[in-house]
Amino acid sequence: MSVIVQSLSKQYGVQRAVDGLSFEARKGEILGFLGPNGAGKTTTMKMICCYTSPTEGTAIVNGYDIHNAPLKVKNSIGYLPEHNPLYEDMYVREYLQFVASIHRLHRRKDRIQEVIELTGLAKEQHKIIGTLSKGYRQRIGLAQAIIHDPDVLILDEPTSGLDMNQLVDIRSLIKSLGHEKTVIFSSHIMQEVQAICDRVVIINNGVKVADATMEELSRIMDENDAVLVQFTEKRPELNIFKDIHGLTEITTEGHYFVFHHRKGNDIRPDIFRKAAAHHYIIIEMRERKASMEDIFRQVTQKKHYV
Amino acid sequence: MFSLLQKEIFTFFSSLIGYIVMGVFIASIGLFMWVFSDTSVFSYPFASLDQLFSIAPLVFLFLIPAVTMSSFADEKARGTMEFLFTRPLTTVQIVLGKYLANVILVIFALLPTLIYYFSIYQLGSPQGNLDNGAIAGSYLGLFFLASVFVAIGLFASSISDNQIVAFIMAAFLCFFFHWAFTYVSRIPIFSGNLDLFIQKLGINFHYSSISKGLLDSRDILYFISVISVFLFGTYQVLESQKS
Repeated sequence: MSVIVQSLSKQYGVQRAVDGLSFEARKGEILGFLGPNGAGKTTTMKMICCYTSPTEGTAIVNGYDIHNAPLKVKNSIGYLPEHNPLYEDMYVREYLQFVASIHRLHRRKDRIQEVIELTGLAKEQHKIIGTLSKGYRQRIGLAQAIIHDPDVLILDEPTSGLDMNQLVDIRSLIKSLGHEKTVIFSSHIMQEVQAICDRVVIINNGVKVADATMEELSRIMDENDAVLVQFTEKRPELNIFKDIHGLTEITTEGHYFVFHHRKGNDIRPDIFRKAAAHHYIIIEMRERKASMEDIFRQVTQKKHYV
Repeated sequence: MFSLLQKEIFTFFSSLIGYIVMGVFIASIGLFMWVFSDTSVFSYPFASLDQLFSIAPLVFLFLIPAVTMSSFADEKARGTMEFLFTRPLTTVQIVLGKYLANVILVIFALLPTLIYYFSIYQLGSPQGNLDNGAIAGSYLGLFFLASVFVAIGLFASSISDNQIVAFIMAAFLCFFFHWAFTYVSRIPIFSGNLDLFIQKLGINFHYSSISKGLLDSRDILYFISVISVFLFGTYQVLESQKS
């Protein structure tokens, strides 16, 4: 077990950004860390990396406590921050040399060469970082995170701002790194999470709302379906649908109301009947298989109508 | 720590800052020493480097804050402070690495003034008629003065993420610590030993004392204490900004 987060909390003034969060990430596992914007993902990652100190609780990385052995924690983590800060006026190779020397690596030249090839920076290695595009900067960010061959990788939205080809490259790199390391990786692209993660932790308002393996999630997805409905009425009384058999929850998605229900019950006739009884006009209704997005919305939306 | 120090120095010399600092320092001192007739050594009956040592603090007052202003302010503005803090470096190492790099840069700026020393040495009559002890003391004083200014500059840079604010704060603090105490002590309300005490709080008093070639442990202790106070302040500010 490489990363153990124990009732971690962070208070900013009156706001509790992270509230008693606990989870584990094991070796050889890619953990998808999800949540809406402002849920506390970045704050949690910063606390694990010893950048911000928690108000309460602790995290244990590779057996080292973030309070007692911050240097050892930092040495075992490769961290790619959300905004990927880089020294813009340095050359790519020079920057990696600097990072390698901070970590006191031996055989620096070989390792830098290795990392440059791994992240596909060979062509850009003699350029100034400030002149490079977002995709290449992201690769440099990843290169500096893995240069000291850390056991734990913490990547805060590593794929934001990349084009399709770069996305595929970076994802396969993360996936291959995940075989022997612990990877905690935040994202809000569900397909990506589905594609590369072994386990998912979803947080909302600083609280954990879901913690499941990919298999468990796909079982939930298989067991659930959703019906998207649009009424002419902007705010229909949703309580009238309450006693439909098999209905689990109603959430909103733009103009649509999403009726989540268990697989096997076709609830569309019931929705129609109830709506007609209350003179609500349905202008669109269609069935949809439950997806990661549905689960995400279900556990993170504050408005539960049923 | 040494990797940070090395990186800082490389950055100075690969981005022109280093050369500009050295160039401006030697040029402005040169103007005062050799060109401006009011202060030039030629209108002076003795071969001495006094001009260098009286002008240098004034030049440093502007030059050192300009060098140090980016140290932390720029890192914070670019977010690279997060990079440094999440690496296996302690805050003490970060502060000392930055501090030593800046001090070394200032020493680099001081080195070319040795040319002026040799010129004056040649000009003396008879040749080499110079008070070498006083000059060595003055260089040491200037080194300490610069080290204090760098510490003040780093502190100013740590409290803001705007380089201009850092520069102005640093220049003001340097001015205050160097000259203000001397002038304040002349206000007539301070009588008895009080005026001397106030004078001793300023850098100028200790700088002129070392410049006379008089190595007093109290002066050196003063410089080291002021440096420590500002570096400790920098450390505290950075620690408080982490969370």
